[in-house]
Amino acid sequence: MTVAFTTLDPAVYADWLMRLGDNTLILGHRLSEWCGHSPVLEEDIAMANTALDLLGQTQLWLGLAGEVEGKGRTADNLAYLRDASRFRNVLLLERPNGDFGQTLMRQFLFDAFHLELLKSLQTSSDPRVVEIAGKAIKEVAYHLERSADLVIRLGDGNGESHGRMQSALDDLWPYVGELFVSDDVDKAVADAGIGPDPADMKAAWRQTVDEVLRAATLSVPGEGYVHKGGKRGVHTEHLGYILAEMQFLQRAYPGATW
Amino acid sequence: MYAQMVKSTGKGVQSLEDMSPEERAFQERIDRGEKIEPKEWMPDGYRKTLVRQIGQHAHSEIVGQLPEGNWITRAPTLERKAILLAKVQDEAGHGLYLYCAAETLGVSRDELLEKLHSGDMKYSSIFNYPTLNWADIGAVGWLVDGAAIMNQVPLQRTSYGPYSRAMIRICKEESFHQRQGYDIMMKMAFGTEEQKDMAQDALNRFWYPSLMMFGPSDKDSVHSAQSMAWKIKINTNDELRQKFVDQTVPQAKYLGLTIPDENLKWNEEKGGYDFSEPDWTEFFEVIKGNGPCNKERLGARVKAWDDGAWFRDGLMAHAEKQSAAKLAAE
Repeated sequence: MTVAFTTLDPAVYADWLMRLGDNTLILGHRLSEWCGHSPVLEEDIAMANTALDLLGQTQLWLGLAGEVEGKGRTADNLAYLRDASRFRNVLLLERPNGDFGQTLMRQFLFDAFHLELLKSLQTSSDPRVVEIAGKAIKEVAYHLERSADLVIRLGDGNGESHGRMQSALDDLWPYVGELFVSDDVDKAVADAGIGPDPADMKAAWRQTVDEVLRAATLSVPGEGYVHKGGKRGVHTEHLGYILAEMQFLQRAYPGATW
Repeated sequence: MYAQMVKSTGKGVQSLEDMSPEERAFQERIDRGEKIEPKEWMPDGYRKTLVRQIGQHAHSEIVGQLPEGNWITRAPTLERKAILLAKVQDEAGHGLYLYCAAETLGVSRDELLEKLHSGDMKYSSIFNYPTLNWADIGAVGWLVDGAAIMNQVPLQRTSYGPYSRAMIRICKEESFHQRQGYDIMMKMAFGTEEQKDMAQDALNRFWYPSLMMFGPSDKDSVHSAQSMAWKIKINTNDELRQKFVDQTVPQAKYLGLTIPDENLKWNEEKGGYDFSEPDWTEFFEVIKGNGPCNKERLGARVKAWDDGAWFRDGLMAHAEKQSAAKLAAE
């Protein structure tokens, strides 16, 4: 039964919006770590571009999360003053960057999901979500085009690039399952017509992924154990360090404006 | 100024009478304010000097990503983080324009990078100083970009077409960066006591290195004289340094910050400030490789390049396969 988004428990709704905003925040943060250290100047520029898009989306999603929550918290408050257990991003995105191939593979696996998600949010029952998703989908369609292209070229490059991309895929594969696990929050949001049930996006995602990985001459690992927990605040050890760095100034100088 | 102590022919400026007909025609074009374009004849010394200058400038842009990049992951708000990221991205873009401008003179980006990595080519001394607190990011925009603009605005009129056009694009972005830097300084200088301290500390550390960016006095330098005759260099280092000080002192006053120079004083007669020279011994040590961050900065660039070799090779291998497949299909 579909209920209007206005009847959804604000705490549940805000929690779900934080999943969107934390995903883009943490991935954007990871990408920004490459700044000045990429294999080639064009990649420095492209990485920064993608990170900027994701940061912009973070401001919108977390801004809306704060508004829905109704406790007066801003996007910055949410980004800089929550501890790890309050973060709702999936574990995949807090994985360390590794080599450039790992970063690109993580990006591709997420972009393919992200695009499906935003497609489905175009018909959300909440116009605010439709508006944000409408802006983000143009950016993310390009992210996917770029990451898929690089995954193909490197997978089907030389022996070393193929090997690195395959091991990146093998390492990250156990983390993709979490993207499609539905829990009570997802179900409530789906019932209110705000967002999709993640499980429903898996087939479309898998089709994109299979197509690209085939062109990249990479072998798709079998279904195996799925690492999960990020969506309910149980993270890997890596997130704590991301936050220690990201939140340093806000924590060290409370109340200052920047 | 992102190019310091660029060597020219070392021979001083020839008089028009001493020039070959080709050289004379070339010099007269420059004197008339015409632009020299890539395929046109140019003296070998002109080409070499430009390659050194543009190359050093390009290297400065990409090494310059590092001190600011040092704070991207610690930027205090989402907006500050986005602004800083966009700024550092602009620097990479500037590097790209400049390497392209150098390519029009017959030297590839890879060749220039090799020279940077081996230490044969330099980048601006300023990027060998560390960014230690958040106000440093403001100071870099305000002072370092401010000093760079002093040099780059006149270079929009430089004689070499591609360099001049690159400068026009770069200047637009640089003045934006400088305003953003000053905006951070305002927030810090008008913020809490701790923020104010950070702002003063940043100014204390960046003041003299910023003055060094213009290079030592070159009023007697034969290299500068030739570069100026060719309009590769437009003003002397001392002129630009004076202009920078005159512009910056009132800005520091507005912020309520103290410029770390007891000799700083308005000189009515010259219509500018008198100020202390930076420590040139320190400057030459930094140039030689003994600055606080020389090893880290160059090391980071070399590591990025070496670690990325597989990526570049993989893409090349794919492109070769594609063109072989295309050939086979024809």
